[in-house]
Formats: sequence, structure tokens, C-alpha cells
Amino acid sequence: MSEAARGEGVRRVGGVCVKVGDHVNTDVIIPGRYLTSIDPAELATHAFEPLGRSFQDRVLAAKVLVAGKNFGCGSAREQAASCLVGAGIEAVIAESFARVFFRNAINTGLVAVQSAAAVAHITDGDEVFVNVAAGNVETRGGTFAFPAYPENLTRILSAGGLIPYVARRLEEESRR
Amino acid sequence: MIAARTFAQKVLERASGSSGLVPGAIVEVEPDLYMSHTASWRCIKTFEKLPGASIRYPDRIAMVMDHISPAPTAQVAGYHRLCREFARRHGVGSFHDVNAGIAHLVLMERGLVRPGEVIIGTDSHSTIYGALGAFGTGVGFSEITATWVTGVLWMKVPESMKVTLSGTLARGVYPKDIMLRLIGDLTADGANYLSVEFEGSLVQDMSISKRMTLCNLAMELGAKNAYVRPDAMTYEYLERAGVADPARHALLPDEGARYTRELAVDASALEPQVACPHTVDNVRPVSEVAGTKLDQVFIGSCANAKYDDLVEAASILRGRKVATGVRLLVTPGSRDTMKQAADSGVLSALIECGAVITNPGCGACAGDGGAMDKGEATLSTANRNFRGRMGSYDSDIYLASPATAAASAITGVITDPREILP
Repeated sequence: MSEAARGEGVRRVGGVCVKVGDHVNTDVIIPGRYLTSIDPAELATHAFEPLGRSFQDRVLAAKVLVAGKNFGCGSAREQAASCLVGAGIEAVIAESFARVFFRNAINTGLVAVQSAAAVAHITDGDEVFVNVAAGNVETRGGTFAFPAYPENLTRILSAGGLIPYVARRLEEESRR
Repeated sequence: MIAARTFAQKVLERASGSSGLVPGAIVEVEPDLYMSHTASWRCIKTFEKLPGASIRYPDRIAMVMDHISPAPTAQVAGYHRLCREFARRHGVGSFHDVNAGIAHLVLMERGLVRPGEVIIGTDSHSTIYGALGAFGTGVGFSEITATWVTGVLWMKVPESMKVTLSGTLARGVYPKDIMLRLIGDLTADGANYLSVEFEGSLVQDMSISKRMTLCNLAMELGAKNAYVRPDAMTYEYLERAGVADPARHALLPDEGARYTRELAVDASALEPQVACPHTVDNVRPVSEVAGTKLDQVFIGSCANAKYDDLVEAASILRGRKVATGVRLLVTPGSRDTMKQAADSGVLSALIECGAVITNPGCGACAGDGGAMDKGEATLSTANRNFRGRMGSYDSDIYLASPATAAASAITGVITDPREILP
């Protein structure tokens, strides 16, 4: 995960994007045979393996994944989000997310933004930036606002994910 | 006056100790049960990274070693051992080892899933718990770990969809066919983030096992959870499973509750359905894909490897032979299912026809055995046919009912079970 996505609030993340279509499922994002690892860096070497090496290399070089409808449908495997973090992806922008993927993204500190308008205006390979605090996506084609995260999700994302968030809560409790 | 509420509103009010929840509200709930399957090792390794953490309610933890089990490698054996030892050390509520079967089925058979309760699991098909009137939903492993520590988890109160099923199923047509057709019609995100309530005369007449198939497959519509209202059949099932006072927390949706979508399906005219590669919503009637060559047939998974599923398959396979060159794998859903099938002669009928019977568990559905070479095709009774899920990225998975699977195993091509059924 980039430093930008850690610490006190998520600021602006992004860069070159890779664009995929609708209903990209978890088995394509990270095949089940690799779930014997929870190390994001190791998982990243297998992310999108069913789509072939050249596509995988493009993902490894990208900062943002742009997707159509129902991104991450299928399994509850958290590695579908953490393998992207390991691959250097800082944000996923989709027309819509499958619910478990969305949870897993926030919980692993991966920015996940729903914006059909932004997706429609982004071309594969564009530079795309997500400004979480301001609630917008900046692209060549314009700036697109997205609704703010609920407060609890902002807290988790700001901490860098669910486990760092729980760790922080435990630390605060022990100091009391 | 309190507005009429859906099941999802009621159950999340109960689990969060609040009232007046509307869809879209975000609440902290206290789940009644936390299921983690073989992924428990991921939860444990994550837990161990949290300094000073302890487990809030150890009795609410249920671990089941169902995926990749028994261990095929030393690495996985190490993961299983980690879970086994952790469970003992921390006194977790229940630990089910490699002999138990698929987590969902095991927990329901053992009376650990009860109406009106909230169950989270490290498995998307946790929607299946709705078959007993519970709220089951899949989460990531970090969420299970966090819930071990805090006892709470955030949830968004979902909107609800009501699916009313009526009519009678024709010979050779099963709840699996109803769900595949529904998924084909509504697509893979047709119920994304929704609570799906199944109602109607057809559902009332269904056994608990058949209700499980409905609720399990609701996941493939993107559902957050599924639900069948508990009734006399539910309570009888639970009493047999050793649950005292099974209706204690039961919740029914109010008359007049608000649904974002209501569907009425008369299933009388339905024919057997097949989900084609590589998405569950790529569904066609069996007549359109009949004759497709198969290399393997898999009867297993939390969707369709319960006792009655094996009985359906055996009724077709008994006294016949699996087609030459075709491998038929049968993975009973649970130890109880396997025992029952052994006692009733179902297993010997399956063995005699040429099936290989594996240990109960997720088996080939989770990529554990039953892999395919490049260019091969499997017809499976599972709930997912994503590319590469069973071996080569260049292999095909078709999904259908146990009857269609059994008929196809005999012929070696996708076959309408109505042509073979007695």
C-alpha cells in the first residue's frame, strides 16, 4: 500500500489505470489455488493470472483499476482485495461492486469508489486520481464527485484497514 | 406506530439492540455465530498480529476444516494444525476437523444455526443459513478476526427483494433449476446487496435441504443474505438437531413490509437448466446444450451434496454404468450425509456405477482434487463455474442439478434427466 493511503486520512491516490469490463469475478482476480498465502506481495504475482502475463504486467504497472458492473463478484476471499494492494493498486473505481469485495477493499485499506460517470469517461491507460477527502475522481475527461463514505468506513480506511483500526482501538483502550 | 419491517430490518435490529432501522442505515451488530472454514488459519495469523488482543466470545466461534482437506501438502497440514491447536487453547465454541464435511451443512446439522440469529462466515455461500430462518452473510477473514476481538461488526441494513414461488415442479426439475433460471434472468448482480426472501406455496412444501439450495444459490445473484420463514418443518429439523426451544428468536417479516422488488414465479413449466461457462448467469435450458461432451461429472458442494441430492443421483445411476472415459466424482456434503448414504445403500449404488467417492467436504468445488486438463469439461452440481476454478484456465464448467449430473455421467454428454429418470 502506498504511504498516501495510510495514516491520518486518505489523501489523493492514483496514476495510470487499467480498465476491465463487467462482472470480473474473484477467481479471475486471484485463483483459489493461491489462497494458501495472505502475503499481498506474493499474491500480487498471481493476480489476474487467468487473463495472461501481459495483462498481469499492465496491472503491476498501474495504480488504479477501473471496472464495470459488479466488480469482485463471487467468493468472500479477502485476497481478492489484498492481491491488488500487493500489486500496487491504490484505488478501484467501478460502476458497482459486489458487496463482499467492497468490504474487503475497505478492510485492506484499498480505496474503492463507485462512480458510473467516471468509469464512462475513463479510457484504458488514462491517468486517474481519487481524492477521498474531497470525494472526487479526477480524469482527463473531467472531475466526478462520489458520495462520501459513511463515517465508520472513513475511520477504517484512514487507519489503513480493519486490522490496523482494531489495533488502534485496543491501544487506546489499554491506555485508559 | 412502527412501520412494517422486512426480515432483514428485524434481525439486524435484534442483533444491534436498536429499533427503527431503515435500509441504508449502518449499525454495529453482535453476530450470534462466527463461522470460519479452513481460512481460520488466516484469521489466527491476523489475530496474532494484534498485540494484547483477546477473544471476546470464544463460544461463538465455529471452525470447520472443509476446504483443502485432508491436507494435501505439509504447508496445509501446518495450517490445519494451527487451527486445531488454537481452537483447543482458546476454548472455541466448536471445532470440526477434516472428517466433518462442508461448514454450512455441518453447522446446520449440529443445531448451531437457529432462526432469527445472525451468522457471519468466511464464505460467500453463508447465505444458506436463511434456509433455517437465520441471517447468514459472507465476510473476509479480517472481519472474522476483528469480530473475535470486538464481538461486533458493521453492517448496512439491506433493501429486500421478495421472490414468491408457486406451482409444482415437473419430474426431473429441482430447486437448483429454479435458481439457475432466476440467476440467468436477473444476472449475477440481480440482487446485489439485497436480502432475498423466498415465499410461496412451493417454498412451504420444500424440505429444509431444498430450501438450503435456494438460499445457497441466492449468493450468485449477489444477495447479502437469503431467507425462508421458519415453520413447523424448520422446528422439526432443529429439534432433531438437538436445539431446545428452536423458535426462541424466530423472526417473520411483517405484512406490508417494503420490498424494492417483488417477483412471482410459477415453476410448473420450468425445464432443467444448465449454467454454461464461465459465469453462473450464462444459463440455458438443458435442451439447448444437450450433447455437449463431458470429461468429468462432479456431484458435490454446499449447493447440492446433501442426502436427498445423493438419493436423486443414485435413483438414476443405480444399475447403470458411468460412460467410458468419464470420471464421476461424488463428494458427500457432510459426515452425516455420508453415513446416511452408506446405511441406505445409496453409496454402494454410486460405487457400483463407477463413481469415485471422496471424503466429505468442499472437494473439487474448492479446487481440491478433480482438476481438469486444458480443453476438458466438467458438469458440476456446485454453485460456481468461473474460469480456472477446477484446474486449467482453458477448461469448462457447467452447473446443473444432481439429476442432470447423474444422467450426463451415464451418457458422457450433457443430458436431460427426464430422458433417463425412472
